[in-house]
Amino acid sequence: MNQIELHNITKRYPGCIANQAVRLKVDAGEIHALLGENGAGKSTLMKIIYGVVKPDEGTMFWQGQEISVKGPAHARELGIGMVFQHFSLFETLTVAENIALSLPKEQAKSLELLKQRIIEVSEHYGMKLDPNRYVHSLSIGEQQRVEIVRCLLQDVKLLILDEPTSVLTPQEVETLFKTLHLLAAEGCSILFISHKLDEVRALCDHATILKAGQVSGHCIPKETTTEELARLMVGDDTPLTEDYKKAEGAKSFLSIVDLSHQSDDPFACALKNISLEVKAGEILGIAGVAGNGQEELLNLISGEDTSAKETVFFAKKAVGNLTPEKRRILGLGFVPEERLGRGAVPDMSLQDNALLTGYQGELTKNGLINTNKVKAFAQNIIEKFNVKAAGIHAQAKSLSGGNLQKYIIGREILQNPKLLVCSHPTWGVDIGAAILIRHELVKLRDEGCAILVVSEDIDELYSISDRICAICDGELSPLAATHDVSINQLGMWMAGDFHAVNNDSKLANSSELNSSSELNSPATNNSAESEGAIK
Amino acid sequence: MDFELFTNILYATLRTGTPLILIALGEMVCEKSGVLNLGQEGMVLMGAALGFIAAVVTGHAGLGIIAAILAGMLMSVLFAFLAVTLVSNQVATGLALTIFGTGLSGFLGAGYVGMAIEGIAPFPIPFLSDIPVIGKVLFSHDPLVYFSWFMFALIFWCFRSTRLGLTIRAVGENPEAANAIGIPVMKVRYGAILFGGAMAGLAGAYLSLVYTPMWSEGMSAGRGWIALALVVFASWKAERILLGAYLFGAASIMHLVLQGLGFEASPNLLAMLPYGATIIVLVIIASDAAKAKLSTPLALGQPYRPQV
Amino acid sequence: MLNITLEKRPSDSKAMSYLSPLFAIILTLISGGLLFTSLGQDPFHALYTFFIAPLTDVYGWTELGVKVAPLTLCAMGLMLCFKARIWNIGAEGQFILGGLGGGYIALELMDAEGIWVLPLVLLCGALSGLFWGAVTALLKTRFGANEILTTIMLNYIALNWLLYGVHGPLKDPDGFNFPESALFSDFATLPVLSDDYRLNISIFFALFAVAVIWALMSKTLLGFQISVLGEDKSAARFAGFKEERLIWFVLLACGALAGLAGVSEVTGSVGQLNPYISPGYGYAAIIVAFLGRMHPVGIVFASMLLALTYMGGEMAQMDLGLPKSLTGLFQGMLLFYLLACDLLISYRIVRKPAARTISSSSNPAQA
Repeated sequence: MNQIELHNITKRYPGCIANQAVRLKVDAGEIHALLGENGAGKSTLMKIIYGVVKPDEGTMFWQGQEISVKGPAHARELGIGMVFQHFSLFETLTVAENIALSLPKEQAKSLELLKQRIIEVSEHYGMKLDPNRYVHSLSIGEQQRVEIVRCLLQDVKLLILDEPTSVLTPQEVETLFKTLHLLAAEGCSILFISHKLDEVRALCDHATILKAGQVSGHCIPKETTTEELARLMVGDDTPLTEDYKKAEGAKSFLSIVDLSHQSDDPFACALKNISLEVKAGEILGIAGVAGNGQEELLNLISGEDTSAKETVFFAKKAVGNLTPEKRRILGLGFVPEERLGRGAVPDMSLQDNALLTGYQGELTKNGLINTNKVKAFAQNIIEKFNVKAAGIHAQAKSLSGGNLQKYIIGREILQNPKLLVCSHPTWGVDIGAAILIRHELVKLRDEGCAILVVSEDIDELYSISDRICAICDGELSPLAATHDVSINQLGMWMAGDFHAVNNDSKLANSSELNSSSELNSPATNNSAESEGAIK
Repeated sequence: MDFELFTNILYATLRTGTPLILIALGEMVCEKSGVLNLGQEGMVLMGAALGFIAAVVTGHAGLGIIAAILAGMLMSVLFAFLAVTLVSNQVATGLALTIFGTGLSGFLGAGYVGMAIEGIAPFPIPFLSDIPVIGKVLFSHDPLVYFSWFMFALIFWCFRSTRLGLTIRAVGENPEAANAIGIPVMKVRYGAILFGGAMAGLAGAYLSLVYTPMWSEGMSAGRGWIALALVVFASWKAERILLGAYLFGAASIMHLVLQGLGFEASPNLLAMLPYGATIIVLVIIASDAAKAKLSTPLALGQPYRPQV
Repeated sequence: MLNITLEKRPSDSKAMSYLSPLFAIILTLISGGLLFTSLGQDPFHALYTFFIAPLTDVYGWTELGVKVAPLTLCAMGLMLCFKARIWNIGAEGQFILGGLGGGYIALELMDAEGIWVLPLVLLCGALSGLFWGAVTALLKTRFGANEILTTIMLNYIALNWLLYGVHGPLKDPDGFNFPESALFSDFATLPVLSDDYRLNISIFFALFAVAVIWALMSKTLLGFQISVLGEDKSAARFAGFKEERLIWFVLLACGALAGLAGVSEVTGSVGQLNPYISPGYGYAAIIVAFLGRMHPVGIVFASMLLALTYMGGEMAQMDLGLPKSLTGLFQGMLLFYLLACDLLISYRIVRKPAARTISSSSNPAQA
């Protein structure tokens, strides 16, 4: 008897079919992967299992009985626990208060008893937590622990994790896997949603692969090659290998000198003595888990926050105190992390959004807008970057994530920037768009532009960056050529350990990293001894 | 200024502050659940009008109070339907409620202008009210003043130590997450809004049945708006609302103070005082931007509808 | 329970954004009819009295124009503010201060002669309103104070300032102790378009404002910046638009326009300063802005409708003996229904999917 079985689950939204006739089976004590690219329908399926969303067709069986999950509270009663990709935590409440809210009234009667249980359970599974801390003061990794411990306190029989490793350092991933193995050994089923093939092969017993809402295959990951898995995820026409040559930059364009900054925002991360340099014709990648100062650093580069004049330089010119529009005139292009609501105005048309950053060129004259030129520019972006939209009058929010991202990047690239800064350029974007975006970035680099990429996707950084570094707690690691930095080393940098010398023999693998970056590889280093500095 | 005048001023301050406390406590609960209801003025006037009408028609002030509470709740249900169920712009909807409530109260109350009724008499607490000074100032009030203290204590306790308080705060911070863990967000918000409406209606009844037992159009004179400022001033903390309400109450009766001190001033200039004081208070609070950010319910004013 | 539910549209419906005000008007009429019936009136006669009777002669139309002018001026100013998401509820206070400031100068110049008197008075009125807008802008940009609350407080302060003036220093010494000022001289009075009607040149001010602001919002970069700021603050920051400067601009512009409306009112149809120079135009203008979809053409039509509600209220009071607060009632209803109907722009009504029963799904044996 399976712990959980899904038959023919279908869910439609206006404009797309999120899940179509999906079948899934997970045993007690089994770690089952749900693989698929962004937009394949994984999150929707999990929301159906958890009762947040109701399916249009299909049935669900729990421990042999047919059931209909009425809502998250019901799911929890059954023993289904879910750790969301975007945490459902309340930052102004403590750990204990957060957990109390998701437990049924009877179990949360005494807050003191609950705090005890939290300490016991979290230690048992190697995820130590202080129940009195406010959630906003926790690191992202620690916040995820709260989500997991919350499930563990409810006698969970099926634990669902939605892309849990995207916010963890490699060492934190190790810890998580240990916990999951322990849980599985105790009889708990685990549903692990991911698009990272190497992790799935390291952790999971079985896998179901989703492509465009449908099941494209089942397999045993350890017996399947990365290529076969990738094929099942993306189909036959998408190229699997992206082969980018590394380059060396010429003259320095962006230069940041000893930048320390504390913003007024109480939730912000303070930057400490940051120095970096990006040369024309190279891509510098900054790795790091969210919340370590990337946001603040990028704001100081774009001009949305200003600092002392002599801390940021564009081609030797001091720009630290300049606001965004002045920096754009000097050659800045910026693709922010938030595409809807910052990079583009959601309710405005693509035409209007083209004007958002292009207004200082030919598109306006003496304060008057040249509508024809704006239309032409918008149309040009759509054509050159293969943006699927209903036309230049389509509202930005009506585009899919990938298409909007292509539009925004295209808008910047077509303005011929001398420095292009990209924050998480392919986050939440479908595979086709992601490949096009990376391709365009490398092409831009080859034309002599200086490019800075901040990303949580380590594979992507290895694929396109010429030099790489990491940011942790507002401090920057040393910068080095990508092929000189192993994953393990980068992981330690991401955890704040900038001085560790990596004697690992895996360094020899770096030549593999250099010549061909497969889709979602290289292999994770499984033998890391130290756990690194877990915050 | 003699002693008796001083006592009277304190006494009057407490009375003047009471409607503000009621409205502000109600709106605080509403805002803690993430909903900004700018319709206080309309709800208060409806409470005042309907409360007065009911008292005149039935002859019982007590029934007037009940009618007022119901009137406030009815108005707030209208608001809740638009703002929560139909996810409308909360600022505009609140304004609409104010304009509608002001107009409707004027319309319904038109035939009752100029009438006089008994009103609700003060109820001095035996023994305690005989204590010199404090007895008059604290224990010789009408029941609604005592009720306002009781509500303060109830709400303070609710948000300090109960699951309900935690739930409301959660909904106000992150309705998305609350929905994901199974909290019925819309129900919680409806409840909070209705509570705010009931309190506003009650405050209206206080004005037309106790404070100055009569009805006239627009008699709340902006108290609803001052109460909204009060909630911001109090950083959404019940104890600060009490303090702030009495400060504003004092500002409103400045003419008594000045008379007592022997000054004469134009009543119109003095009438500006509470409004000016509100502006000053808003400025002081907003200047501490970091602190303001931490205490504001994070999802305040943002329309939210769970996606099924 | 109704078997319908709301489903989010992939993209806002442009058609609905035009239809929504129409639906709102229809719903208001129906509600009004029901209200009149409950009061023992014949609904059709009452609706006719309210909405149609005032416009049955030319005089009625000119009276409409008299009210359309201040409403449009205020609403255009509010449009700028609301487009930037600056919730300026203070048009009323800015209007009053414009009347007060301009009126004060008019009283000082009681004995002056020359065609320069009127423009000076109008300018002072506009500047007074602008000053009141500046206070709000300062409070917001320098101190971060929420503009909804500050503008409402300023409204009450402005009103009390006016009352202070007409009860005290500005009271007409020959006026039998009524709280009103002396009538302004002919040189400080707005010329009427024809001796038979009260309609004066303020209607041209209004139309001019409509044209200028329409051009500003649709053709200039400044207008674009205002729109972006209102839609998405983050994007405005990202683009390098100067938020503070834009806030100052819209508040000063609105203050000036509302101030102009106020001084036009006191030098036009009122002719003096008294406590009643505004029957709530500043608040009604808010409804005009919303009903008019924040678009110049819509605003003109909405002004006409709201001007009609004022006239209708007066008619209903005269002919049917109904209280004048009927005006406020209808205005509030219009806004309510509009906000409700606006929902249909982003959502559509669909039938709920049929509840799943145990037997409605596929046979497990076939899986």
